[in-house]
Amino acid sequence: MSTLLGRLTPWIAGAAALIALPHVFTSGFALTLMSQIGLLIVFALAYNMLLGQGGMLSFGHAVYFGLAGYFTIHYLNFIYEEQVPYIPVTLIPLLGGLVGLFFGILIGYVSTRRAGTTFAMISLGFGEMVTALTLVLVAIFNGEDGIQTDRVLGEELFGITYGPNIEVYYLIAGWCLVCTLAMFLLTRTPFGRISNAVRDNPERVEFIGYSSQRIRWLAFSLSSFFAGIAGALHAVNIEHVGFEQVSVIQSGLVLFMVYIGGAATFVGPIIGATLLYFLQSTLTGVTEAWVLYLGVLFVGVIMFFPGGLAGLISMHQPIWRARARLLAPLLVPYSRFLAALIVCVLGCIGLIEMLYFRSSRLSTETELVIYGVESDPFSAGPWLIFAAAAGLGAFAIRKTYPGAVSAWNTAIADARARPLG
Amino acid sequence: MSSALTLAGLRKSFGAAEIIRGVDLAVEDGERHAIIGPNGAGKSTLYNLISGRFPPSAGRIHLYDTDITGKKAFDINRLGLTRSFQVTNIFARLSVLDNVRCGCLYALGHRYAWWKLVGRLQDVNEQTASILRDIGLWEKRELPAGLLSYADQRALELGIAIAGGANVILLDEPTAGMSHSEVEQAVSLIRRISEGKTLVIVEHDMGVVFDLADRISVLVYGEIIATGTPGEIRASTAVQEAYLGTGAS
Repeated sequence: MSTLLGRLTPWIAGAAALIALPHVFTSGFALTLMSQIGLLIVFALAYNMLLGQGGMLSFGHAVYFGLAGYFTIHYLNFIYEEQVPYIPVTLIPLLGGLVGLFFGILIGYVSTRRAGTTFAMISLGFGEMVTALTLVLVAIFNGEDGIQTDRVLGEELFGITYGPNIEVYYLIAGWCLVCTLAMFLLTRTPFGRISNAVRDNPERVEFIGYSSQRIRWLAFSLSSFFAGIAGALHAVNIEHVGFEQVSVIQSGLVLFMVYIGGAATFVGPIIGATLLYFLQSTLTGVTEAWVLYLGVLFVGVIMFFPGGLAGLISMHQPIWRARARLLAPLLVPYSRFLAALIVCVLGCIGLIEMLYFRSSRLSTETELVIYGVESDPFSAGPWLIFAAAAGLGAFAIRKTYPGAVSAWNTAIADARARPLG
Repeated sequence: MSSALTLAGLRKSFGAAEIIRGVDLAVEDGERHAIIGPNGAGKSTLYNLISGRFPPSAGRIHLYDTDITGKKAFDINRLGLTRSFQVTNIFARLSVLDNVRCGCLYALGHRYAWWKLVGRLQDVNEQTASILRDIGLWEKRELPAGLLSYADQRALELGIAIAGGANVILLDEPTAGMSHSEVEQAVSLIRRISEGKTLVIVEHDMGVVFDLADRISVLVYGEIIATGTPGEIRASTAVQEAYLGTGAS
């Protein structure tokens, strides 16, 4: 029984956190942010069923997210006009999931016949095609304006109306928890294991009785189902869906989330979705260069931490499993490296912001404020300071990195040397 | 008398090059049949035709009474034919246990199930455990397969192949690259796992071949020039000329 309790602990803790969060962060901004993160977690986990679990790199998974969103908006509007059977808003995401599943089965039949580059190119093709369609078929998708709705249909169970944002938050939190659990359990089924096997070696599975095409198709369809649920939640949360939600930009964003969070672990996409959306929504108001920073972060992770953030954490798992005290010697070398990294990053950000300010004539602001200090990009002082920080930081990174690596090597060797127990 | 595997007039060309040039062969039910031949004789190609990796250009292949010519690899596997590979072909990021487990799943009827938990499948757990003990990898079951030593990966390769309990087993150079003591272990393992089944084995190590095989076929330039018991093959002058040469003892 203790093992069962141990297995349930993360889920109970997660549920408790979801319930408690709106009481800790009470502002309207935080609530919208958390709602959006909740549905993006579902989307990112669905995407990782392809990338991390099944070895399929898709550049067009927003298609299933977005189409489910469009459908949800239309359905809600049709309910108002009493043209379709009433479905409570609580269950609307399931409808979105079925829409995702439908298109996943349909398009997946074509795209999953091949893996690798061919699959990636086909997914990109469908992504562009559907985006183009949403702009062309104005009667259905209403072009660049997109379509909107009102999510308040009336009272549901316990007098919930989904008028207040807090009720929508709990709707999303509930669906997020259920979907996360479902997708976690899916990784532990025969389908889940064979999906991993196809990722590792698609040719070999053919000789143990499996069609790798069929497995990819199944994984694709199930993934589209969850992407559809996320899309419907988006529609309910924002009450608007436009071509951005099906576009390659949205597909790229979920790819970034999963990669930066770490595709090799189950929690990676959760970390990635949370971090990236948090950064996006807080930084877009502060800097115009947000997309540039996102790109640099992505490249940095791919080059230096291919396992993503979750990979960085799980690298240390054997150490604290063996003995938590073995982590102590890591503290100093890691902090040194981190300090160097921060100095370098802050310097680079300063330089980039000043460059942006000088090259962008669109800026309405007349003064450039970096780190709370007014910095004149037309004088040499700030340039020298930021360049010095970036250069010194880069130098310090080179100096401190080997120390951090060798500290980890020592710790992992110590951890492996002692018997498990 | 029934044949487990029957090849009739089998041919395969890649472009202008004909690799398999009319192979007729009947492997009896329950025998251990070795196929030997010099490098480039077409042994691996023959395996690829039988196991459905690619279709033959001409001829028929029967598994017992079923015509499997041109069928897909997974269909042939479901009919009870399994194979191993000359170059280790495992699921590198999965654990050793999961590698073997994946080999069991379809054969035990769990197919593409996404509604049952893999850890709760009693039949799969038992079969996986028994195979892991058989191939001597039970202690290493939690390791990612890619981290195993070469000999262990070869053993795992065998384990995946036999996990489904197929009746006809095709092994492609199972002892290639092994040390002398490892070869001995591998041979006794192969003997055990092929008990009561039909085994076809491609092998370069003549010690292994003459030790293990009930009958031997010699493949030279895409044709079978002789089939017989180890004694007959050893005595055949045609075989000695074409293949064994000075190596014959």
